[in-house]
Amino acid sequence: MREVWKPQNVSELQSAIKDALSSQITLELRGSGSKRRLGRKVHSNVLVDLSRISGITLYEPEEMIITVRPGTPLAEIEAALAQHNQRLAFDPPSYVALWGASSDHGTIGGAMMTGRAGSRRLTAGGPRDHCLGVKAVNGFGEICAAGGRVVKNVTGFDISKLVTGSFGTLCAVSELTLKTHPTPNDTVTLALLGLDDVTAVDTMRQAMSSSCQVSAAAYLPEQITNHFANNTLPPHISATLLRLDGFHPTTRARAETLSNQLKSIDGHQLIPCTESRPLWMEISNAQCFSQNIEHALWHISVPPKNGPEIIDHLRSMFKFDYYFDWAGGGIWVEIKNQSHDYSTEIRQTIRDLVGGDGHATLMRTPHDLIDVAAPFQPLAPEIEAITRRIKSQFDPMGIFNPGRMYKGI
Amino acid sequence: MPTPNSNLIARRAEFVSALRTIVPGEGVIDDTVALAAYECDGLTAYRQKPMIAVLPETVDQVSEVLRYCHNVGLKVVPRGAGTSLSGGALPLADGIILGLGKFNKILDVDYENQCAVVQPGVTNLAITHAVTNDGFYYAPDPSSQIACSIGGNVAENAGGVHCLKYGTTTNNLMGVEIVLMDGTVLRLGGKSLNEPGLDLLGVICGSEGLLGVVTEVTVRILPVPEIRRALLLGFNSLESAGTCVSSIIGQGIIPAGMEIMDKLAIEAAEAFVNVGYPLDAEAIMIVELDGSAPEVDHLIDIVHGLAKDSGATSLRVSNNEDERLSFWAGRKAAFPAIGRISPDYYCIDGTIPRRTLPEVLTRINKMSDEYNLRVANVFHAGDGNLHPMVLYDASIPGELEKAEKLGSDILTLCVDVGGVLTGEHGVGVEKRDLMEVQFSSSDIDQQQRLKCAFDDQGLLNPGKVFPKLCRCAELGQVHVHGGKLRFPELDRL
Repeated sequence: MREVWKPQNVSELQSAIKDALSSQITLELRGSGSKRRLGRKVHSNVLVDLSRISGITLYEPEEMIITVRPGTPLAEIEAALAQHNQRLAFDPPSYVALWGASSDHGTIGGAMMTGRAGSRRLTAGGPRDHCLGVKAVNGFGEICAAGGRVVKNVTGFDISKLVTGSFGTLCAVSELTLKTHPTPNDTVTLALLGLDDVTAVDTMRQAMSSSCQVSAAAYLPEQITNHFANNTLPPHISATLLRLDGFHPTTRARAETLSNQLKSIDGHQLIPCTESRPLWMEISNAQCFSQNIEHALWHISVPPKNGPEIIDHLRSMFKFDYYFDWAGGGIWVEIKNQSHDYSTEIRQTIRDLVGGDGHATLMRTPHDLIDVAAPFQPLAPEIEAITRRIKSQFDPMGIFNPGRMYKGI
Repeated sequence: MPTPNSNLIARRAEFVSALRTIVPGEGVIDDTVALAAYECDGLTAYRQKPMIAVLPETVDQVSEVLRYCHNVGLKVVPRGAGTSLSGGALPLADGIILGLGKFNKILDVDYENQCAVVQPGVTNLAITHAVTNDGFYYAPDPSSQIACSIGGNVAENAGGVHCLKYGTTTNNLMGVEIVLMDGTVLRLGGKSLNEPGLDLLGVICGSEGLLGVVTEVTVRILPVPEIRRALLLGFNSLESAGTCVSSIIGQGIIPAGMEIMDKLAIEAAEAFVNVGYPLDAEAIMIVELDGSAPEVDHLIDIVHGLAKDSGATSLRVSNNEDERLSFWAGRKAAFPAIGRISPDYYCIDGTIPRRTLPEVLTRINKMSDEYNLRVANVFHAGDGNLHPMVLYDASIPGELEKAEKLGSDILTLCVDVGGVLTGEHGVGVEKRDLMEVQFSSSDIDQQQRLKCAFDDQGLLNPGKVFPKLCRCAELGQVHVHGGKLRFPELDRL
């Protein structure tokens, strides 16, 4: 068993890191561990459990900011925000069901360090767009801060963005300041039934180009609609979903305008707020892929118009289920096979079709492949070189989450 | 600035001829008269002629120029359109200016993926102009947008009046190609979301030309909103205007723009453009809402009610595009309007938590009395970005220094109330000595270490952003103590 350290506050965290430096030991930084299956497995001497460095230290709804410690459960933050009709706009996803775990939604530290966003990534940005400031202990054992607590800030390098999505490989974050956003008082979804994926992606493009303020767009092929717990969708027919957030009743007016603009397509259905919200949560969390937890699951990011073409190529190579989020640019692919992840085929297809304009992340690795899989897209040599130099300027002894993103990083 | 190295200056002719082998013809400028064109940027109080100016036309040339400079230890200051208000493109006497003005092409407008790929010398407004007939625009709109280049926007993470709703450059930037000081070309991001690995794109944006030279930019373009409407509100106190801002945000409304002007700014603007601003008001606020017609009309009614409840003394709603533009005319002309009532003015750029506005303006007025210099204020109320304009007369000896001192006092005040030194103009040379007001030495050390990862000799735009030059070898050392645990009190399970 690895030793577990549970620092209670930033000064204990700093002590722990200084100890690690002087004893030359490596650390795995962990919040609740709900996202530990994402990325490479960390082999470290000690597990640093950050769950006690927890709590909201400042919440100013009128300023639309919140300052939190990394171990704060997401649920606690969401509940505090909900009291003021606010939320985190990037739809922080929960993937625990994908890995067959219980309903722990994780901590804010985990959500920010893994850098994942749900359906609204397309229009609201990701965690990196919502992180205004960080405080952390770096790999020199120093407490340092970057950014601030105001929305508009260009003072110094934007280290908050660099740290967000770094999987804890650069520093141990002790505090984060995030943007908050009003929760729209209505969310409706215009569903178009029965489209093929090429028509669906083109329709999503039209919708995103309209002035109807579509906030998210997804396409669920007919094979997948009956895997959704939400029973709003008719089974065995594809659904192209266009989400509209805003003020009731203007959301409906916009949905009608949009429906008129797309009237050359048959089969329109309006999904009201009570069903829209859980439906989009299922889409953000890829919940429909939580049945076969030993099957590899990929998230592919490409320019939206290339989505159908990528799927078409993969079809000739292996069997899978899929759906599009991000108007076609975010593709979830579940391999129907326990023994392969097809990473070579998937990454080669992306290279062939979109060059450097796309990448694939292995979101769920079959157990037998855990030690050999490359969950993140390999970096171009020149980008890998600068990444290593940055790592060594934050964590010169390589004590934080060694190998979590890439070998040696 | 760093003391010029006379040995480098003595080798000028050698550098010129070597650079001419990389960038032929008129692309290397060594004529003293022609070099005067590069001696300052938008912060005209600081001037320095560069040793040489180089104007490459291709990425290969940029890469070769940088590799050459890296090899011979020659400092490089990148320059876009030269509109920086913080001296970001101020030259060095012993360095070259690398001008990206010839990179002026729009390479690809991709409506299917809602983005545009452009060269860094393209102006901000030219991107919008290229896509406007097809119903799109580029959202960040710094007030210099007619002149400033997108490469400079990336370097400075430029903002504008619509940041609260649409974000700054960094939130609208999808990809860049940059060249590092050693000549390495990196392509970061692109037409898909979330680059793999660390968010290098995020840290390049706003790095003020210290990490790399931008040679290509991919930005998101957005559909033009169906309608834009504005309210022009007068208040008899800044507190009431502040209350109105809070109540709008409290209702969950994110206006496209929300601007406050104080009495001196109102008077100057009205005298200049004559658009009917209420001269009896202590503050006016312009609130703009954009989107689909039903939503905008709905929100205009709500904001109208909130303004009344907050004690607005005058209240106008735009019913057509001419009216909306007239509300903005005074605000957009605020800087030249101030220029008419004072021989010189110094524009400051801090950000504060919105709610501290009345307190901050009261204290600025007090400082203004103490320094005996008038200060007019315009405020991006949506995002907390405050632009006090200090009125002074440079022909009076010592008055510029006094204005700068007042400016630094105001920025220190911004930090004291929980804000930051700069919201959109950048640190540059102007505010680098104030960095220690906002950051501790270990904060600055970590930023400089990041610089070392990109440019270990400190050749790219040195003397900007940081109060002291980077000492990469020293900063990279870890100080550890023996092999024993020094913190036995830590809870170990």
